[in-house]
Amino acid sequence: MTKETRPLSPHLSVYRWQVTNTLSIIHRLSGVILYFGGLYLSLWIAAVAFEGPFSRLIVSLLDYSLFNIVLVGLSFVFFYHSLNGIRHLFWDVGKGFEPEQVRNSGITMVLLTLVMTGLFWWFI
Amino acid sequence: MAEFTLPKNSKMEKGRYYSADKSTQNLRKFHVYRYDPSDDANPRVDTYEINMDKCGPMVLDGLIKIKTDYDSSLTFRRSCREGICGSCSHNINGVNTLACIKPIKDLKGDIRIFPLPHMDVVKDLVVDLTNFYEQYSSVEPWLKSDSPAPEGSERLQSKNDQEKIDKPSACILCACCSTSCPSYWWNGDKYLGPAALLASYRWLQDSRDDATKDRLKDLNDSSKLYRCHTIMNCSLACPKELNPGQAIAEIKKMIATQDLNE
Repeated sequence: MTKETRPLSPHLSVYRWQVTNTLSIIHRLSGVILYFGGLYLSLWIAAVAFEGPFSRLIVSLLDYSLFNIVLVGLSFVFFYHSLNGIRHLFWDVGKGFEPEQVRNSGITMVLLTLVMTGLFWWFI
Repeated sequence: MAEFTLPKNSKMEKGRYYSADKSTQNLRKFHVYRYDPSDDANPRVDTYEINMDKCGPMVLDGLIKIKTDYDSSLTFRRSCREGICGSCSHNINGVNTLACIKPIKDLKGDIRIFPLPHMDVVKDLVVDLTNFYEQYSSVEPWLKSDSPAPEGSERLQSKNDQEKIDKPSACILCACCSTSCPSYWWNGDKYLGPAALLASYRWLQDSRDDATKDRLKDLNDSSKLYRCHTIMNCSLACPKELNPGQAIAEIKKMIATQDLNE
């Protein structure tokens, strides 16, 4: 009667996306993206300091509008990760755990991220 | 490494369709996960048309109606029908909750009933909870006191101290929280999950318990406790409106602020 391997019940494919786990997975993704963004930032700083063909390549990337779109994305990801990080700090000291607060702080965080990304490119 | 897709033997197939009488006016469709361990077929999703004029108000009433009217082999756990036994936990329209206290009228569109997510399915909607219960017992959910109980009386507690454990003791172990947690999905073998940690918190908060340090030392482990990344699906899912996510954060705080080797 009992089979060796029981089927696994569906998970990702049936669970409705909640504010909570959606923002959480974006936080992790943004961390991964920032790793590569940080890599470019370091290369760019080095390229400004040292002359050479490789330096010119790194800096000349900024001439492409497509690359500038990538930079807008990177800045969004930076603000997202920072602001959600602050949200995590509140949780770490035990604040903001009521389901209503969790939802509201998440939505506020996303809106603030959009505002800060906008302001950043407005002033730059 | 987490497996994001279902293994081959778990992929769901299109199931049977059971129609209600042609004359039925107040009709709703129930899509229900079915799996029969006695044959080699994959799980499937059957659809049942239910005449709501002849069905009770809760999702559990719908399941019972399907079992009575269409297919007596439909298997699911249920007992108290009032949200206190924790048996009829299912994934209902995408969110884990108790079928007995979830009104059908609160659900939009068709009703989709699946077993608790990322668990081994025994039959239809019944999943294997062995690991879940083992994790519960691993936190040793009982009073550990250094002193004997006073002669002829209970161990007394102040009203304030009791209130600290009122909520965490109200957990009915339905597993809605643990099986809503992506971290538990990918690491359920090592990570204790919100339900077991909430149970541990209940004893950590108990003014009569003297094993706080030992309990914290046991939990101070990268997998058992710190696989919680404060995703917070658990607290949204809890049908008893408890807050396992907050309890886990409080445990982390206790570990961070206490000298466990003292």
